[in-house]
Amino acid sequence: MVFLFYILSAVMIISALLIVFNRNPVNNVIFLIICFIAMAGHYILLNAQFLAVVHIIVYTGAIMVLFLFVIMLLNLNKAIIPHKSRATRIAAVITGGIFFLVLIAATRQTIEIHPRYPFTSDIGLVKEVGQTLFHEFLLPFEMSSALFISAMVGAIMFGKKDH
Amino acid sequence: MKEVSSAIQLIPLDNYIMLSVALFSIGLMGVLFRRNIIVVLMCLELMFNSANLLITAFSAYHSDTSGQVFVFFIMIVAAAEVAVGLSIVIMMKRNVESVDINLLNRLRW
Amino acid sequence: MVDQVPNIDIAWFVPALPLLGFLITGMTYKRLKHNQSGIIASTMVVLSFLVSTALYFILQSSGKDSATLTLFNWIAIGKMNIPFALLIDHLSLTMMLIITGVGSLIHIYSIGYMHDDDRVNSFFAQMNLFTFSMLLLVMGANYLVLFIGWEGVGLCSYLLIGFWFKNPAFNYAARKAFVMNRIGDLGFILGIILLFFTFKSVTFSEVFSQAASLQSGAPVITLITLFLLVGAVGKSAQIPLFTWLPDAMAGPTPVSALIHAATMVTAGIYMIARSSILYNLAPITLNVIIVIGLATALIAAIIGLKQNDIKKVLAYSTVSQLGYMFIALGLGAYSTAVFHVTTHAFFKALLFLGAGSVIHAMGGEQDIRKMGGLRDKMPLTYFTFLAATLAISGIPPFSGFFSKDLILSKAFEQNIVVYILALSGALITCYYMFRLLYLVFYGEQRLAGAHPHESPRVMTIPLLILSVLSVFGGFLNIPSIFGGDSKFMTFLQSAVFSKVSEEMTFSTEIGLILIPLILLSLVIWMAYQTFVKKALIPSVDEKPISYFGKLVYNKFYIDEIYSTIFEKPFGFLSDFFFNKVENKVLDPVVDGIGFGTSRLGTMVRRLQPGNMSFYLFAMVAGILLFIVFILII
Repeated sequence: MVFLFYILSAVMIISALLIVFNRNPVNNVIFLIICFIAMAGHYILLNAQFLAVVHIIVYTGAIMVLFLFVIMLLNLNKAIIPHKSRATRIAAVITGGIFFLVLIAATRQTIEIHPRYPFTSDIGLVKEVGQTLFHEFLLPFEMSSALFISAMVGAIMFGKKDH
Repeated sequence: MKEVSSAIQLIPLDNYIMLSVALFSIGLMGVLFRRNIIVVLMCLELMFNSANLLITAFSAYHSDTSGQVFVFFIMIVAAAEVAVGLSIVIMMKRNVESVDINLLNRLRW
Repeated sequence: MVDQVPNIDIAWFVPALPLLGFLITGMTYKRLKHNQSGIIASTMVVLSFLVSTALYFILQSSGKDSATLTLFNWIAIGKMNIPFALLIDHLSLTMMLIITGVGSLIHIYSIGYMHDDDRVNSFFAQMNLFTFSMLLLVMGANYLVLFIGWEGVGLCSYLLIGFWFKNPAFNYAARKAFVMNRIGDLGFILGIILLFFTFKSVTFSEVFSQAASLQSGAPVITLITLFLLVGAVGKSAQIPLFTWLPDAMAGPTPVSALIHAATMVTAGIYMIARSSILYNLAPITLNVIIVIGLATALIAAIIGLKQNDIKKVLAYSTVSQLGYMFIALGLGAYSTAVFHVTTHAFFKALLFLGAGSVIHAMGGEQDIRKMGGLRDKMPLTYFTFLAATLAISGIPPFSGFFSKDLILSKAFEQNIVVYILALSGALITCYYMFRLLYLVFYGEQRLAGAHPHESPRVMTIPLLILSVLSVFGGFLNIPSIFGGDSKFMTFLQSAVFSKVSEEMTFSTEIGLILIPLILLSLVIWMAYQTFVKKALIPSVDEKPISYFGKLVYNKFYIDEIYSTIFEKPFGFLSDFFFNKVENKVLDPVVDGIGFGTSRLGTMVRRLQPGNMSFYLFAMVAGILLFIVFILII
């Protein structure tokens, strides 16, 4: 189990790094998909079955495809965009590194957390998620449909050509 | 089932925290120094996902379903945001003829 | 608030009328035609004179000695309450009558004299403003209203001396007058402040009633009187602040007549006479006044011996006569000083106006070495000038005799040295005045190509009126020896508190009259011999050879001494401050603030480059700092 965890983590981190440092946008999309699949693996490790499946369907299936479509639409090739100056790149890396350290340091100081509920491993099951979703989170669920409508309208409005 | 639960408890929470933080900062790096707006959006997605992972880990360890439902909502929002964001990218391509974010500098002093 | 004298309200017309004249001429001066401003201005002053006369009769008939008219409540801060009030008593009435009377004559004269000047309208506006300020000075019921007038006459003096401002030398003279006046004013202000601290009031009646309780010779009174004296020294051109008066002759002649003969320079004497109670309590100050007065009288007279400009001679004689008034004040004979002020106003104004007539006839020439033989061409001017010269020399029965003789007799009572010195001054005065008369009017006409003619009637009528006053003005105060009852002195007794003089024996009095008379006649004969018989006219480019002669010719080098002691160090100091401090320190600091702000703005501007990645960076940096901050706190 632990072994699995480490492999999945390694894959995720390596692919994430490759996203950042690779220049070809299509390659970036591929690496992100790999990252997402590894993440789905992590979800399964945590017994969040519903989430894992939804994750794959929504993210890798829909969002990444959308990205690919747009990249295709815009005809982005490798050599169009010049990269930033070296100083900026180093600054960005350093900033990211500092961020990492700060957050780790933040979490180092946490107190011991005790679980709130008695431990079950059932919570990732579709039945449980569904129960919570439709009992406590009904309103947000319905509201999200409104969110989608507005997102759709917005996307269409932006996409229209002016005459 | 016993194996699953014990399996979950085998991996300490700290690891998940560190993993999530690492992913977040890598995404942050990408946002800061990629000039292609689409890649910036992708790294943004990466940051979202690191948060998702963290919340899921916590919900698994606390046996609280609300965490996973919340992750669900985050995914919803992320999806909507990507849709709108990409349409903006298309509009940008039409106006500025490029997807370099440094060319969007009309809001100067 | 009216002080139980009926009709005293009209007192405020007296200063208000010249003020109105100033406002009218001042606001319409561009549109007034010839002579209109002169007529308006003169009318106002004449009306003031009539109101003053009416006030005299009102006061007499009411049986009271004084009346106060409060116009409005001026300063009321906490316990300090200073109303803007006018005091009508015998002293202020005397001064008012002199100012408005002689002033109106001079205004009428100026209509003729300033006839062809293009700025004649501003001239009359300024003259009216001056009259207003001077009236305020003498009518004030407290030291502060007096001070307003004091400052006002200083201002008008500056304006009028520098009337022909196109000439930079005249501007310098005007500035010099103003600055020297200012030095005196500083002393005056200190005196007022000290006065206020001591007596908690500046109103005359309150101060004087409180002062009666103080001890004679108290140091605070001596200090107050000394400070007030400094003010008087500046205003009345005594040593050491007298050099502005001869230079002030740069102004038009009517200005010299009005301001520097009859009124402004007598302001100091008025002020000291008004504060007679205070000065009686400070014998040290009185001695200082005698010394200053004597020195001034003598030095100015000596300088006047060698002057060759007609107006400068008269200027030095004014300074000298002011010295005499100061001697009288120092002797405690305040009313005598005021009497001399009155007679001096008559004959000095007459002298100046006559000189103006001469200058006008000679086409602007002022050097007496170039004049001569005007006696036949300008008989009226000659006779009036003669009358005035006789008056100033102190020949009976002219007015100057009565006032000067009174001063000399008071001096004889107190200090024989003072008497001898004052008498010598009188002799020198007589000598140079007759020198002036002979050189200007007698002998052959020396200026080629000039056609002197008598002045127009608008100028000669005031001369005539003044000459009548100079001749008969002395009869205002006939001393007992001649059977009179000293009307003028008794008139002033209610307001001015002179020292009571001892009775002198009849023979002493006769001696005191005859001895100067004999000596004066001798001097007149000497002058006649020198300047008429031998016709010893100083040549145009004569330079004195003897050491003393050079000293006198150059006015004892006093101007040069002042220049070295005061002007040069101040000039150096201000240059230093300008170059080193202002240009190198202050300017860079102030400019630097401006530059710094704009540079700061430029720097801050770079925070908003519009660049997306920069914004992202900034966001991340901010969040980082925030988290670190939370962690640390």
